[in-house]
Amino acid sequence: MNAAVISFPGSNCDDDLMHAIGTVLGERVTKVAASATTLTGFDLVLVPGGFSYGDYLRSGAIAKFAPIMPALKAFAAAGGYVLGICNGFQILTEAGLLPGALQWNTSLQFICEPEPLVVANAHTAFSNRYRAGQTVTLPIAHGEGNYYADPATLQAIEANGQVVFRYAHNPNGSLNDIAGLTNAAGNVLGMMPHPERAVEQLIFGTDGLGVFESLKEAIEEGAYAAN
Amino acid sequence: MFKAKIYVNYKPSVLDPKAQVIQNTLRRLGDDNVQDVLVGKYFELTLAAADQAAAEAQVARICDEMLANVNTETFRYTVEELAVAQ
Repeated sequence: MNAAVISFPGSNCDDDLMHAIGTVLGERVTKVAASATTLTGFDLVLVPGGFSYGDYLRSGAIAKFAPIMPALKAFAAAGGYVLGICNGFQILTEAGLLPGALQWNTSLQFICEPEPLVVANAHTAFSNRYRAGQTVTLPIAHGEGNYYADPATLQAIEANGQVVFRYAHNPNGSLNDIAGLTNAAGNVLGMMPHPERAVEQLIFGTDGLGVFESLKEAIEEGAYAAN
Repeated sequence: MFKAKIYVNYKPSVLDPKAQVIQNTLRRLGDDNVQDVLVGKYFELTLAAADQAAAEAQVARICDEMLANVNTETFRYTVEELAVAQ
């Protein structure tokens, strides 16, 4: 596995991802500045959490015009694996790589809590180490995590099995309790909870490790590679 | 030179918790005849363009690509030519 972590001005979970993949998983991982224009040689690209460009205008609205984005879109279009977490999820929806949008939490509060999730689909490159129906607890930390899509889009998402994680106790008003979902092709996942913050027993447990181990397995087996 | 005045609002089908909090608070304060609250964004752009049609086309593109998220928001705008100082 040879992963890239895109670092935008205002990203603050890029180092957590570097630690999870580089130190805990022991895989190759490189931080790539948002001002770069190529992603050649990587087989996984991670879009981290934080507040890219201060979340000015809307979360992710400025990041979608960053110099790296044409390369990210080309990488995704070629079947490369892309994982966006928290602000990364917001960026991927703004960029049109994932359907829908993330709205303000219905409580209008920034919520920072360990959150139980139910694995809705264990047959994706991001979740093959979990079992369908399994409950995993991952930290959430967001003000705008309330997933919205219009009814026709939502129906298509569900029919296509794109929902990977659902909240066990919906904390933010997300439609259909959606905490994480893939694109139709299944090679791009966005999720509000933070798997990279749950990879060590000492801190929040290891429930998040499965996301990265699933990707490692998928990449090594080439089972999900488009090319 | 042209001045564009742009309004971006949530689509009616999208729940806006901020607008709900404002309306609920107004009701609590006695302004219970307020039927609906819409919270949006307002932008002004001053731009040089060949003519009115070119300015409007550019403003529409900017709204669609950047100022509004068309998944959840709608936009409307006016474009006026500014009087040239003599």
